[in-house]
Amino acid sequence: MDKNMIREVIAKRVAKELKDGDVVNLGIGLPTLVANYIPEGMDVTFQSENGFVGLGSAAEAGKEDKDLVNAGGQPVTIKAGGAFFDSAMSFAIIRGGHVDATVLGALQVDQKGNLANWMIPGKMVPGMGGAMDLVVGAKKVIVAMEHTAKGNPKILKECVLPLTAAGQVNLIISEMAVIEVTERGLVLKELGPEATVEEVVAATEAELIISEDLKKMNI
Amino acid sequence: MSKIVSINEALDHVKDGMSVIIGGFLGVGNPHKLIEALLEKGVKDLTIIANDTAFPEIGIGKLVVNRRVKKAIVSHIGTNPETGNQMNAGELEVNLVPQGTLIEQIRAGGAGLGGFLTPTGIGTIVEEGKTKIEIDGKEYLLEKPIKADMALIFGSVVDKKGNIFFNKATRNFNKFGATAAEVVIVEAEKVVEIGEIDPNSVEVPGLFVDFIVRGDQ
Repeated sequence: MDKNMIREVIAKRVAKELKDGDVVNLGIGLPTLVANYIPEGMDVTFQSENGFVGLGSAAEAGKEDKDLVNAGGQPVTIKAGGAFFDSAMSFAIIRGGHVDATVLGALQVDQKGNLANWMIPGKMVPGMGGAMDLVVGAKKVIVAMEHTAKGNPKILKECVLPLTAAGQVNLIISEMAVIEVTERGLVLKELGPEATVEEVVAATEAELIISEDLKKMNI
Repeated sequence: MSKIVSINEALDHVKDGMSVIIGGFLGVGNPHKLIEALLEKGVKDLTIIANDTAFPEIGIGKLVVNRRVKKAIVSHIGTNPETGNQMNAGELEVNLVPQGTLIEQIRAGGAGLGGFLTPTGIGTIVEEGKTKIEIDGKEYLLEKPIKADMALIFGSVVDKKGNIFFNKATRNFNKFGATAAEVVIVEAEKVVEIGEIDPNSVEVPGLFVDFIVRGDQ
């Protein structure tokens, strides 16, 4: 699979986790693509942590509004029924458990559901932005990422990088697998379109429990 | 007494070494003209408290690029590589704070609260040096309030009493930023007469605002 295909597979599969009526926050990058695969007629409200719900598509060229961008700074639109608010309200929504699902990328995620996605000491320190609050506050935390980085596992026994939050991840979706974080450990529930169990196990450092009900990803 | 002053009169109150809350999110809702004037005035060694350091050529980012900032208390610096460069070179102190914690610290500062308890940051390096308190079996971090010497705020429409209406996503850190500083200067994109803003639409009551500068001139 090429990069675009990988991203499409992941975004399509994440979209299937969302339910009618959900309030959802999508992280920057790959998670943003999830919005493209929400089925027609399904009502999902996207929250933008810089201060509104009802996040719509990117603004058309020439129709940008300087006062309306997403949390990545890109000009966007707001849908009918949306609402603007300040940052304190935004994080009351996020931290207070009023977001049904958040979808974020990861540098590393481990078998206890720990997530590291905000810094590589000495190399890259962008800051956590709203990620720490989102991961703690959202009812469901979905990590959407490529299974490995340059061939190296990102799903580890224990995160090495500084954590974004401890024990908050519920589901990991990659192009190779859907993995659920449970009290027993990581459960491999679905295989990607081109992946075998052996390949997933080889590309994952963490212990995997193979679900008795293992399926192919339906996308 | 009229609150409307020239930018230079307003910025007479900003001194080297002050702590300054600046509203905005990646440049949207930054008080751009106040920032430009601050640069021209040559104020330095500022401690800035803001969501982010924007982009090198936009808003707060310019204060960093021009080395006017001694310390930045922010949630995100990824869009302004110069912040990271100065931080790595030991020239700029950066305190990274989760966004929800930072805005709540500002809100607490303005609201006269001694702090608050948040689950955000538990089990991460954010908890280092902080008091942990257990409430009903769940762990929280005690986070303290933030107050600043100065707040530089943007308002879309401001009446001559200082009542502020915000357009769209410009509320961000502007709304509560206006509550948490000794001196509050608002840059008004548009100034209107008293009574022209429907009281239903006012998000920051004018009592918080000391000076209004015209961003439309």
